[in-house]
Amino acid sequence: MSASRLPYQSWHRLGANTLPWLLPLLILGAWEYAARSGLLSTRVLPEPWAVVKAAWHLVQTGEMWANLKVSAGRAFAGLAIGGGLGLLLGLLTGLFVPAQVALDTTLQMLRNIPPLAMIPLVILWFGIDEGAKLFLVALGVFFPLYLNTFHGIRTVDRNLIEMARSYGLSGWRLYRDVILPGALPSILVGLRFSLGLMWVLLIVAETISSSSGIGYMTMNAREFLQTDVVLVGILLYALLGKIADVAAKGLERVCLRWHPSYT
Amino acid sequence: MSAAARTQLLRDSAPAGRERPVAGAAIPASDRNGLAVSIRGLEKHYGERQVLRGLSLDIARGSFVAIVGRSGCGKSTLLRIVAGLEQADGGRLEIGAASSCPACEDRPEVRLMFQDARLLPWKSVIDNVRLGLPRSALPAARDALRDVGLEDRAKDWPAALSGGQRQRVALARALVHRPQLLLLDEPLGALDALTRIEMHALIERLWREHGFTALLVTHDVQEAVALADRVVVIEDGAIGLDQALGLARPRARGSQEFAALEDRVLTRVLQQHGADPGALASPAEQIDALRQEGVRWVI
Ligand SMILES: Nc1ncnc2c1ncn2[C@@H]1O[C@H](COP(=O)(O)OP(=O)(O)OP(=O)(O)O)[C@@H](O)[C@H]1O
Ligand SMILES: [Mg+2]
Repeated sequence: MSASRLPYQSWHRLGANTLPWLLPLLILGAWEYAARSGLLSTRVLPEPWAVVKAAWHLVQTGEMWANLKVSAGRAFAGLAIGGGLGLLLGLLTGLFVPAQVALDTTLQMLRNIPPLAMIPLVILWFGIDEGAKLFLVALGVFFPLYLNTFHGIRTVDRNLIEMARSYGLSGWRLYRDVILPGALPSILVGLRFSLGLMWVLLIVAETISSSSGIGYMTMNAREFLQTDVVLVGILLYALLGKIADVAAKGLERVCLRWHPSYT
Repeated sequence: MSAAARTQLLRDSAPAGRERPVAGAAIPASDRNGLAVSIRGLEKHYGERQVLRGLSLDIARGSFVAIVGRSGCGKSTLLRIVAGLEQADGGRLEIGAASSCPACEDRPEVRLMFQDARLLPWKSVIDNVRLGLPRSALPAARDALRDVGLEDRAKDWPAALSGGQRQRVALARALVHRPQLLLLDEPLGALDALTRIEMHALIERLWREHGFTALLVTHDVQEAVALADRVVVIEDGAIGLDQALGLARPRARGSQEFAALEDRVLTRVLQQHGADPGALASPAEQIDALRQEGVRWVI
């Protein structure tokens, strides 16, 4: 009986694997057709094939790699500064009550300011050079990491801490073996939030003004009506976002192997 | 003081420079009998609520005492005070006054096993067992795991274990320290009936082999009668009933003596329920009602 059901099952699996791709392929086909037949002006959207060719051209001239490097560099520098600071302050306020009393209220007030609302001020402070972009990204990624680290440490199971103390753990060993691992799931959630915000803020910052990076590449192409290059830029941002997300998920899977929902 | 205790004390005052075992693991069980516990007039309140009112209890070394009582009567509080996790407001607590353990006069080894296993989910089973111990304790941790029949799960995460297995790991974690007094706070409360009976046999065996004093809090009168030398009922923050069990081990749960003792303890505990307005008429009727429904003796 089970043997006779096998072919059906394998068809079923094949269908489940290909069906989700059917619609994107159809859209792509329709788009290509519309662009070739002139229904769709190239000023609105170039044909997909032109986008591929533009991408290839940018790879060959080395422009793509150079701009990608600049953008990724900005993103991760901002993440390192803002996220690192958020993690540090979160640990500080989470672990030490005096630090919490002194800092938390202020930080909770500041977090209500959307980072993008700071743009005029940031331009006044930093002009339109690298500093402005780093500051915006750092500001954006700071709060998710700070809040989640603080929250993670505060919600570590009190019973586990009591148990560990009764087994003689204290000081640094208590932090290393109980409190930090207990807060880690929450910290990693904060990291994933931060990564999402990181790209948004970078795109905004680069679009406003820059002389290098993917944002520069797309804005430059816009002036020359090179819609294909603009599309390449958009797709690159999407790709970078996806890579960061996959990396964060991988980190979760490695760091939270013990967690039943990550195995 | 007994003759045996005196000789051990004499042995202890042997010339200095004698190698003294550092971790408890190296000391054979026979040398490390259980600790006696003496509690006098223990008082504890949380805010306005008085939980323990002059509770006194003496526990002989190496004995197995079960504590039963209504929910919220202060059983956990008592255990936590004995374990040193909570400070009493009054009274006296002496652990190991009559002890004659040669290697542990500085700090009595008291271990508490909680209702939930409280394993660190991010540490493997074996690392949980050797929590707070140096790397050199690894063989001892393995032995303890073997003792509870889980040596093949050493590398697993706690999340991969069943409830009963987790409690066995928690038991092993306590055993590595060679406790002289093991406090068990409803360790089997969350387990199914079959697993409980297996755990009873395990705890009884370990108690016999290791010779620690055991203090077990339970909601299950049958469990108390199956395991303990003595069942103590806490009422109104003090000891209400102190029932010695003269049953031979291993115990047959079906025997008449067993059932009679179980009834006696249960009646006493239910009397308190009877004092509540709106409770059933008499304890005996309640027991009969429970019997007819085929309910096990769980308070
Ligand atoms: N940390 C605390 N703060 C305030 N009240 C407490 C605290 N711990 C216990 N109590 C109170 O003390 C009383 C005794 O609690 P305890 O946990 O010792 O009961 P118990 O006999 O173990 O009950 P159960 O069988 O349900 O576990 C309860 O009324 C409880 O509300
Ligand atoms: Mg309790």
